Amino acid sequence: MNWIKTKNNTKVNLNEIPTLKINDLREEIISLNKRPVGFFGKDWGYGTTKLFTILADDQNGDLYISSALFEQSEKEYESLTQVLPSFHIFEREFYEQFGIKPKNHPWLKPLRKNQKDYQFFEMEGEEVHQVAVGPIHAGVIEPGHFRFMCNGETVYHLEIMLGYQNRGIEDLIVKHPTNQLAESICGDSTIAHNLAYSKVIEILKETKITKRAQLIRTLALEMERAAIHIGDLGAIAGDIAYLMGASVFGAIRTLVINTMLEFSGSRFGRGLITVGGVNFDIDDEKIQRAVKTFSKVEKDVERMVKTMLKNTSVMSRLEKTGVVSQEKAHEIGVVGMAARACGIVIDSRFDFPDECFKNLALPRKIFKGKGDVNARFQLRYQETMESLSIAKRILEMLKNGYKEEVFTQNENLLCANSMAISITEGWRGEVVHIALTDGNSNLTRYKIKDPSFNNWYALALAVRNNGVSDFPLCNKSFNLSYCGNDL
Amino acid sequence: MFDTLKSRIYQGNQFIKDIKNAQMREQFRGLPKLCNSKCNNCEACLNICPTGALKLNPLSIDMGKCTFCGACKNACKTGAINFSNFYKLSATSREKLIITENMTEEEFSKVAIEVKKEIKKVFGKSLKLRQVSAAGCNGCEMELNACSNVNFDMGRFGIDFVASPRHADGIVITGPISKNMAYALKDCYKSTPNPKVVILCGACAISGGIFQNSSELDRKFLEKYPIDLYIAGCPVHPLTFINGILGLIGR
Repeated sequence: MNWIKTKNNTKVNLNEIPTLKINDLREEIISLNKRPVGFFGKDWGYGTTKLFTILADDQNGDLYISSALFEQSEKEYESLTQVLPSFHIFEREFYEQFGIKPKNHPWLKPLRKNQKDYQFFEMEGEEVHQVAVGPIHAGVIEPGHFRFMCNGETVYHLEIMLGYQNRGIEDLIVKHPTNQLAESICGDSTIAHNLAYSKVIEILKETKITKRAQLIRTLALEMERAAIHIGDLGAIAGDIAYLMGASVFGAIRTLVINTMLEFSGSRFGRGLITVGGVNFDIDDEKIQRAVKTFSKVEKDVERMVKTMLKNTSVMSRLEKTGVVSQEKAHEIGVVGMAARACGIVIDSRFDFPDECFKNLALPRKIFKGKGDVNARFQLRYQETMESLSIAKRILEMLKNGYKEEVFTQNENLLCANSMAISITEGWRGEVVHIALTDGNSNLTRYKIKDPSFNNWYALALAVRNNGVSDFPLCNKSFNLSYCGNDL
Repeated sequence: MFDTLKSRIYQGNQFIKDIKNAQMREQFRGLPKLCNSKCNNCEACLNICPTGALKLNPLSIDMGKCTFCGACKNACKTGAINFSNFYKLSATSREKLIITENMTEEEFSKVAIEVKKEIKKVFGKSLKLRQVSAAGCNGCEMELNACSNVNFDMGRFGIDFVASPRHADGIVITGPISKNMAYALKDCYKSTPNPKVVILCGACAISGGIFQNSSELDRKFLEKYPIDLYIAGCPVHPLTFINGILGLIGR
């Protein structure tokens, strides 16, 4: 057996994970040809390094885990990226963290550190010029550097240099794991990251949380999705100077996040989810108010989107701008909302459902998008409406039943020698948290993969052959996370 | 065209008329309310606080470190710790963010912000700010963006975020300041013309917050340059931010 097959939200014994030679593992990965969700190293003592690989089979909801051990003297291997481009960023990360070089990697550049060594692609020609933007941007957003290779207005290539946000969060979690830290991995996906973290710790503590707590968590996740999508509809409107849309969507978003404030005391749901359940129950009065609010939000969003899309000058900016083809998106391993907008069927809520989501038995809506800004706009609209209807349904369920505690106390130690995996579909896409423990039940490695990690390269592809002035629009249509990538 | 007009009329006016006295939802966790006599020194709160904001004997909470997660309140069996929904959590000096038992809302409003004459004179009517996210998680950044939306409409006070430090009267820092952002932050500060103000926004910027033990931070900037305003929160609520700035410029 070269792989161990498991499901989402489970743990496996570290001793059961096969350990291969790197060349054998490489062959296995290539022959299995599945999507990578984890490809990370761990210091294995005496100068050796263990490389864990987790591949996802989205059709069957299976996860394949295997590993390879590098002896102290082994400092390179033949890169996977040459064959499977979706590994490009995983291999860069592994190289940066452990110094083991993937040979013949086409683009082995620093990911989060040593930005001075970053070599930009350069184009030469009489009318070719570069445009450099960042790390500090014009808007109130996170830092990152963009380098455009342009010919006049047209962008030939964009290179994205990140790492400015690097806070060493994986190490911090190993040293002192808390929900608050998980919430700060990426402030716009507070719920998604905190949920993934809580699940990982609960798996390791073998905590079973109540149905009511699960429902409130799913409710919060869908509210986060709706709120951010509405905000981004407004941001896209703002970037094409359709100020009416920017103002109205901004105001509508406030309704959703203020409902979250009522539920949890924070507009982004900080302090709501905790290991063992949730900190706040939702009483019937709040439920009633929230249902009413969400109905109004549904109506307002629909009205504004329809008004906006009737406008031909809006459509001319959205259509055929920032196209990523389905083929390219698949090749580079784009996930989540950005992948769905290209017509790829991927959604870990359905592919790797947790118990609560499975019980909701929701129908899966396939989105047929062309991968342009318009597709991402329309998809956000569709997902907002879906999320609001799921939220309303959960609120009804909470009102009519599941009268139980929302918090389960559990003082267990973490299971020893284990690896726990949790995949949660945040609004951007899959948020993957993986935790490893040693024989003394201590965390020894914590790996986080934000969807932005996969998707930044899609933005670089999207702006090719577009005007440089359309960059903000393309960027906002993805709205990727800098700190989710930089950790 | 008519649809757009209809939508506009349907939306009406949604701005908060009186920002200084705006109603906050009661669930909001704002100014801590502490009660020494109820504290039995069980240290449950100390053990659960993720940032070390709490101290016992006498009980105090440092709002510059506090993430307002409410974990201490949940852990306290005797009810010695509470949070009111008071949202004006800004101060002009670091020490004033440390809240002890006797601090009431009225008292805090009175002492927290000392208006400097020069700031009021120069920036009282208009203050343009450049925001620098130095490893901020996008929580504070989203809330600062919300300050300019139609609900909070900060622009009506002549306070705006501008695109370049060259246009700015001051900088607003969010995030714990990573090593990789240290030089850019310094550059930004140097590019802002004098006189200028520096505002720290959120627990991360003020103390490193949840990231204070990270080895990837470089907070030397803060030792070098004077700070004019500390705004507490995690993330900072738009009402907290706007009221803090209004306080700073003496309005």
